Amino acid sequence: MAAVSQLQRQFIDYTTSLYNEGYLDDQFTQLQQLQDESNPDFVVEVVSLFFEDSEKLLNNLATALQQKSVDYNQVDSHVHQFKGSSSSIGAKQVTNVCIHFRNFCEAKNLDGCLRCLQQLRHEYILVRTKLEALFRLEQQILQAGGSVPVME
Amino acid sequence: MGVISISETPLHVLAVDDSNIDRKLIERLLKTLSYQVTAVDSGSKALEFLGLQDVENFQSFSPNPELEVNLIITDYCMPGMTGFELLRKIKETKSLKDIPVVIMSSDNIPARISRCLEEGAEEFFLKPVRMSDVDKLKPFLSKSERKTTGDEECVSNDNSIAIYDDDVNDDDDVEVWSDEDEQRQMFSEDQSC
Repeated sequence: MAAVSQLQRQFIDYTTSLYNEGYLDDQFTQLQQLQDESNPDFVVEVVSLFFEDSEKLLNNLATALQQKSVDYNQVDSHVHQFKGSSSSIGAKQVTNVCIHFRNFCEAKNLDGCLRCLQQLRHEYILVRTKLEALFRLEQQILQAGGSVPVME
Repeated sequence: MGVISISETPLHVLAVDDSNIDRKLIERLLKTLSYQVTAVDSGSKALEFLGLQDVENFQSFSPNPELEVNLIITDYCMPGMTGFELLRKIKETKSLKDIPVVIMSSDNIPARISRCLEEGAEEFFLKPVRMSDVDKLKPFLSKSERKTTGDEECVSNDNSIAIYDDDVNDDDDVEVWSDEDEQRQMFSEDQSC
């Protein structure tokens, strides 16, 4: 039993740090609140969709920015999508980079766009790593017979 | 027993969004309130579902009473038909125009919001949509109240709508736009999708 409460404590601390460090915002809490016994994997399902979407978008962005004649509308469209999906799961840092990225698209600033793409990839990998760690913690708690604490 | 049986068909919401993540989200939100949900990924699919065959030319409309839709909630920015265009087409169709329509958008653009509301949208939600937004749909989804609630649910009283300083758009001095002007306005000002 001590193991479970230790894991639960770890979960709470880790989640709190993700909010405090700005990786996640309140939207992530909203997702957790939508999870219940009849939808026990809701958060993982939504976040998995986000991971899939993001990897596609990052590839599309790289391709679009490599073109001899860059179509900034196309680039912006991808970023807009990325901004939407990251905002829907509460991945705040990713959303913030997208906002800057869109400004560079509007200005047709290739250099700015390329830098943003790099930043975007970086922030995405960070948040993905953190979320994967969080989900692993959850699994450990469940396997130890405990329940996952609900964050307020 | 003198029990009057009220129809127990759950209220049915048609959700339209090209983002699979947002579709999943809105579906879950609506289902927590026990609504039946059909989620489609485009305006044209929405119109097809509503019974409008041959969408481009608006020929042959065949409403299917078994698939009664009590509310339509749609994203604004979608490839092909935007949420605004979908709203317009619904309001122009005699058998669909009374279905309440709600628009969602990730962009807080006052001109966009007022345009949608003027076109007949009941509400405009900023994304990401939350439980507190979806709670506001209840009056629109009450079948018996639907016809009377429309005007009473004055959007300006609702503080979930993006707060913006918009004293320019006063109802008293609405300019008379020609359709062409509106199209031009729409395309020149709001291409941020």
